[in-house]
This record gives sequence, structure tokens and C-alpha cells, in this order.
Amino acid sequence: MRGFIDYVKRNPALGIGMSMLLFLILFTTVGRLFIDPQNAYKQTIFLNQPPSREHPFGTDAQGRDLFTMMVLGTGMTLQIGAIAGAIGLGVGIVLGFVAGYAGGFVDTIITSLIDIWMTIPSFLILILISTILVGVDLKVTEMGLIVAIVSWAGPARAIRAQVLSMRERPFVWMAKLGGMRTLEIVMKELVPNLLPFLVMSLSQSVYGGIMASLGLEALGIGARREPTMGMTLFYVNYYSAFLLGLWWWILAPVSVIVLTLTSLVLTSIGLDEIANPRRRRKV
Amino acid sequence: MHLNYVIRRVVFLFLVIWMAASINFLLPRLTGRDPIKEQMLIQIASQGRKREDAQNMIDTYTRIFGLDKPLWQQYITYISNTMRFNFGYSIINYPRTVMEIIINRGRLTLPFLSVAIFISFVLGVLLGALLGWNKTPQWVNNIVVPPMLVFSSVPQYLVALVLIYFVAFRMKLLPMGQPYPSTMMENWSDPKFLLAYARHAVLPILSIVVVEASGWALGMRAMMVTVEGEDYTTFAEARGLKQSRIFFRYLLRNAMLPSLTGLALRLGFIITGSAVAETFFSYNGLGSTLGAAIGQFDFFLLYGIVYIMVLSIALATFIMDMVYPLLDPRITYKAQKG
Repeated sequence: MRGFIDYVKRNPALGIGMSMLLFLILFTTVGRLFIDPQNAYKQTIFLNQPPSREHPFGTDAQGRDLFTMMVLGTGMTLQIGAIAGAIGLGVGIVLGFVAGYAGGFVDTIITSLIDIWMTIPSFLILILISTILVGVDLKVTEMGLIVAIVSWAGPARAIRAQVLSMRERPFVWMAKLGGMRTLEIVMKELVPNLLPFLVMSLSQSVYGGIMASLGLEALGIGARREPTMGMTLFYVNYYSAFLLGLWWWILAPVSVIVLTLTSLVLTSIGLDEIANPRRRRKV
Repeated sequence: MHLNYVIRRVVFLFLVIWMAASINFLLPRLTGRDPIKEQMLIQIASQGRKREDAQNMIDTYTRIFGLDKPLWQQYITYISNTMRFNFGYSIINYPRTVMEIIINRGRLTLPFLSVAIFISFVLGVLLGALLGWNKTPQWVNNIVVPPMLVFSSVPQYLVALVLIYFVAFRMKLLPMGQPYPSTMMENWSDPKFLLAYARHAVLPILSIVVVEASGWALGMRAMMVTVEGEDYTTFAEARGLKQSRIFFRYLLRNAMLPSLTGLALRLGFIITGSAVAETFFSYNGLGSTLGAAIGQFDFFLLYGIVYIMVLSIALATFIMDMVYPLLDPRITYKAQKG
């Protein structure tokens, strides 16, 4: 524990990022003890109330309690990001390791595919995919799965580059000479050495997933009945909250989104410091 | 510049465009839904569109896209239509063609978007270079970098939302949205219109600049530190060159190169992000039209806009790839593998 605190002092980005993330997780879990989840869905007559003792964050144009919405929505948005990030990283690991380790023709095919795919903005691909789902009432999990469709390319490319540089290191040769099979080398030699890098990739692809889901939801594609952050933004715009001067309705989701995204970026920077100690950066 | 490299990039450009067009072709056919018929049924029911009109439109589409022909033939027709920018008619705004709408709306988006990207890039690079320069006191960094980190990690429409509330609604300094006052006609040769357009474009541009300039500044700042450690910088200092010359010709020029690659990669993100921001600004540009097309299930308009966006991003990336070797003579693309 003592060592950990000492380390965080040298790597403040990781410390700040992780504590912000921890705060958000506490907010959405412990927060649940103080709310009635129904208030995030139930439409009441208390429309557009400014923050008060009863409604600490105020209410929106449908009379939903914003505090309840934020407590539930933070969890949902993190959930979308986590699903998309985990699947994206999983596919990215497989493709990245295959391309980086196999090399040659396989590598050329996979890399070109990734390059082409990355030139087409993932957001537009998601919009096209969502047109298939017009009229379908999406759930939060499904939203995560949809976003996952575009989350693999970034990690795949980054992991491939890492594998490529690690493949020629002496310890891999030693393992080869020692008679290890390819899969064994990958699992026992490469993966453990890349672990900090993989965790950083995870945090980056969770960030990417949340970013993509926010954009889609802000355009009205998503779990429309759920109080996710992006859907809240959509309704802010739908009911022109800024025209009515409802600052609390804008403040709540904006703060949660800023906290979420910044915490993930800081965590990535901190993890990058662990993964690439030679490239020491000050933030 | 190596010919081989140029050919590779051209092939790549066509692959991207072809892939975008193919996704557009495949997706609706995978679902087995008929967007035209679905839309017509809705319109007949809700807007009292005449049955003959609807039938007429369905026939037009069947003819244009050859929907009665085998799939491979449909595919060839579709691709050749797309290459000639023939995306058919908008379902909602029939009989206007998709291309007509794209040009109408695109000319409102293109000017402010390109100005915004240009300002963000120049400002970001200069700011980042100054921050990373070893003559800049550390406390400036301590103050400026944390907010930049926050700005660069949020989407631009979030900044737009806050700007609309504070600058436009609270302080009433600038209009809250729309590309030009609704009392005006769109007339690009009228200086009064241009002035109004510029005034309305300030907030959308600002929301892009705040986010993107911060991102580039942070990247640039990190690169400056690397360049400052290079031998040629030490040599330039030993020669007693003027600080301004070292800064611009030695540090800035070399540190800038990765930012240029970053520009190409970031372009898609900026364009799609501004599409969302446009809906917040109720800005009648290409982006909000995309948003509206999603809401109204106007599939042909949607596919047209997506294709045009992919095309412009792919072209911009291509141009950047062509310019890059000219800017950095150290790069030779002879043995570029993977």
C-alpha cells in the first residue's frame, strides 16, 4: 500500500484518473441507496424544477428527477463503454497478435483492412448500422454491442505494432530455441510483457466506446427510454433546455461526461507511463 | 517522391471509397426491409401523400436502382451511380435529389468547418510549441495544461452546449444558432449576408477550436521535448543562432510533422463531431441534415451524406499523404512495409 502511494506521487495522472473513476463508480453504486429508480422514468408534474432539497440536481421537462437519472445513467454509460471496450480489445488482441506474430501476407491483409476501416469514420459506420435498427427499442447492453462493432480497429493496430517490436527480442528467441510452441510463446512470453499496454488499450477503447455512444445517442439513436448520458443530451436539445434557461439540466450531464472522459484519458496517460517507462511524459 | 508510394496511396483511396459504397449497398439489403415502401406507407397514412405519387416514386426507384434485376447487376448499377454522385431522390423531400440537398446544405457547413479546422491546427501547433519550449516558464504549463487536457478529452458538442448557454443565452453576445438570420435570404455575393454568416459561425467554430486546438497543443508540446533533445538543436544553439530562428526553423518545423499526420486521422472525428454540434446549434448544414435524415428514416439522403463525408475525408487524407514527403525530406518511401 505504502509503495502504491509512493508510486502515485510520481505518476499523478494515474492517481487522479483512477480516483475520479472510483468516485464515479461509488456515485453510481452507493448513490443507488438514496434513490428510487422509478424517479428516472416516471413522469411527474414537477417539471423544470431548479435544484432543491427534494431534487438535488433539479428535474427535467418530463418531470424526471435528474439526480436519479445521473446515478443510474452514469452506470449505464460506463456499462456501454465497458462492453464495447472489452469486446473491442478482445478482437483487437486476436487480430493484433495474429498480424504481428504471423507477419508476411496475413499481416498485409489484416493491416490494410484495419487502415481502410479506420479511414471511414467509425461514427458514420455506426449510423449506417443503426439504420437497420430503426424502430427497434434498444437496450443498454445492445447499445454496447453495437458500439463494439467499431471498437476493434484501434487496439488491433496498436497491439500489432507492440507485438512486432517484441517479436525480435532476445527472450522470445530463447523461448523459441527452448522449444516452446507459438501459442505458448504468445501466452507465456508476449502477453505478460504487454500487460500494462493491454490495460492501457482497454482504458482507451472504453473511452472510444463512450465517445461513440454519446454521439449516437445525442442524435437520438440508442436506448431512448433509459437515462444514459447521451440520451440526456438528446432530450436537452429536444426540449431546447438552453432556450428555457434550465442550466441544471445542462450542468448535470455535462459534469458527469467531463468527469468520465477525463478520468479515462488520465488513466490511459498514467498507464502509458507504466507501459513505456522510457517515454516519460509530464502531465 | 517515389512513384510506387503514389500508386499505393491511390489504390488505397479507391479501396476506401469502394468499401464505403459497398457498405451502403449491403446494409439495407441485409435487413430485407424495403425503406421506400415503408416510408411510402407512413406518408400515405400521415401526410396524405397521393397514392399515384407514391407508386410513381416506387417505380422510379425500381427503375433507377434496377431492383428487379439480379443482385450482382444491382451492385454494378449502384456502384456506377455512386461514382457519378447519383444517389437518387430524397424520400422526404421528393422530388429533390439527394445531391441537390447535399450541395445546398454543404455550402453552409464547408466554410465554417474548414475555417475552424485551419484555426485549430495553427493555433494548437503554435500554442503547443510555445508550451513545450524550454524558454517558457514552468508555471505557465502548470496553469494551462490541466484545462487543455479536459477540453481535448470531451466531444466538441459538449463545449458547444456550454457555449450556447453562457455566451448566447446568458450574455446574449452571439446568436444561439442557425447559419444566418431567418429574415435573410441566402445570397453569397451580398456582403451583409456574409457578415451575418460569419457572426453566426463564431460559436460553432469556437466549439471546434477549443477542443481540437487543445488536443494538438498537447501533442505538439510532447513532441517539442523530443526535438529539443536532438543533436541538431544543440548544434544550432552552439552556433549562436537567434532564438527565434531556432524556435521556428529547428524546433517548430520538426516537431510539427507528427501533428500533420494527426490532422489526417482526426479529420473524420471533427467532421462527425460537428454533425452532432450542428443539431445543437439548429444549424441547417450537412450535419444536422444527417441528424434529421436519421430521425425521418430518409435512407437515400442518409447514405448520400455518409458517402460524401467518407469521400471528403479519404480525399483529404490522400492529399495529406502526398504533401507529407515534401514537408519532411528525410522520409523516403522506398522500403515502407506494412
